[in-house]
Amino acid sequence: MQEAMIRRAKELLADGTVNRVLGWQRGEFVYDVTPAVFASPDELDASFVYNDFCGANLSKYLVAESRKEGKVLAFLKPCDTYSLNQLTAEHRVVRENIYAIGLPCEGKADVEALKAAGAAGITGIADGGDTFTVHTLYGDQTVAKADALAERCANCKSKQCVTYDELLGENGAVQNSHRFDMVEQLENMTADERYAFWQGELSRCIRCNACRNACPACTCEKCVFDNPQSGIANTAPADSFEEKLFHIIRAFHVAGRCTDCGECSRVCPQHIPLHLLNRKFIKDINELYGPYQAGADVAARGPLTDFTFEDCEPSVVHERGVN
Amino acid sequence: MQVNEKEFKPLIVAFCCNWCSYAGADLSGTNRLNYPANVKIIRVPCSCRVNPMFVLRAFQRGADGVILCGCHPGDCHYTTGNYYTRRRMTLLFSMLDYLGIERDRTRVEWVSAAEGAKFAATMNDFVATVTRLGENKRLEDLRCKKQ
Ligand code: SF4
Ligand code: SF4
Ligand code: FES
Repeated sequence: MQEAMIRRAKELLADGTVNRVLGWQRGEFVYDVTPAVFASPDELDASFVYNDFCGANLSKYLVAESRKEGKVLAFLKPCDTYSLNQLTAEHRVVRENIYAIGLPCEGKADVEALKAAGAAGITGIADGGDTFTVHTLYGDQTVAKADALAERCANCKSKQCVTYDELLGENGAVQNSHRFDMVEQLENMTADERYAFWQGELSRCIRCNACRNACPACTCEKCVFDNPQSGIANTAPADSFEEKLFHIIRAFHVAGRCTDCGECSRVCPQHIPLHLLNRKFIKDINELYGPYQAGADVAARGPLTDFTFEDCEPSVVHERGVN
Repeated sequence: MQVNEKEFKPLIVAFCCNWCSYAGADLSGTNRLNYPANVKIIRVPCSCRVNPMFVLRAFQRGADGVILCGCHPGDCHYTTGNYYTRRRMTLLFSMLDYLGIERDRTRVEWVSAAEGAKFAATMNDFVATVTRLGENKRLEDLRCKKQ
């Protein structure tokens, strides 16, 4: 795949369709891949990489890149295309300045999970269907995907590229995912258990803002969390209230717009399951206002900027069974 | 409701929209209907002015319960404001519940300018509910507590 991508990128650079390429750059280790912009075939040859560690969602970079001179080529995985659609719907990107190539995806590896499974000195990785073959300094090792996939890939919602100018390989289909299972488990706990669970998770937050910065739905130029008047601007949470304030508001601000791409949980250095907050909103929206997938359709109206006369009253929350 | 001195008196913040509920509160006053003095009314132009952050801030600054009052759906002065409020607050309350925060500390009620009696009854009922729950502990900010 990497060779095919480089070949195609060079062609598009040569015929002038695009003047730069957004992709992933090789780092010190094979799992150390960084989003980067390549401006020439030489740069592509020198450090362009695509492997099973390329989990980063490149769509957010298009907010800035698509406003520059000339077209940019972007390689997007299926979930990244949902983000691009959502950004297009919100007029955050200039879609005409983007040449999107959709990639097939069989799930990306979580390097920490691989390490936990015993892989040390990782030098390469290959997809073997249900397994990853990890090349290491000490020989090859096979790890079941069930143990090594990134959380969002294990619960993949769709392998279908929803927007693209060209596809490399076959387009996939929407998946029958189990992504709401954990939300349901939490809903079935008692309020005290849920409180304890979230206290344990959220109290680890160091307010690095990585979750916000990586999120393709969080693209406001002025963020409430940067406002020095807000009392919660860029400082580590001083108490449990601030943790909750940040997390409730962060999740609320992307409610109805979050495509469930999983970037927030992926980048969190504290391994806080932010997807469980986002998915709660998604699940509620699906149940109360009808199935909705942000980013699936550019023309769709977001559930929080819409209403019907028959919407339920907020008291539905109070009427739910008490656990 | 009889409240004796030693009893816990919750602090209630009521966001009332200017056009219906605030006038409703006024009417209940001019009709000399009783509702507890620990309900602090904050007037907002429309119920949909209430940002979820306001609700959390109210808890931070010491509220034990937060109630939002607006025009009945269909009657909003700005035609559709309260329909958006309805979706937003439903999702916010559901999220608070999901985090294990007592759901009965939050409420939305539609009160028209003619419903002074409903306003008083709603407040009495809400105060009683929150009194039963006791002090807000799960969304408190110790720095904002009176010593
Ligand atoms: S990425 Fe994690 S630690 Fe950083 S602000 Fe977000 S939740 Fe907190
Ligand atoms: S909140 Fe998380 S999952 Fe949702 S769009 Fe943002 S990064 Fe992706
Ligand atoms: S003006 Fe009363 S709810 Fe909008």
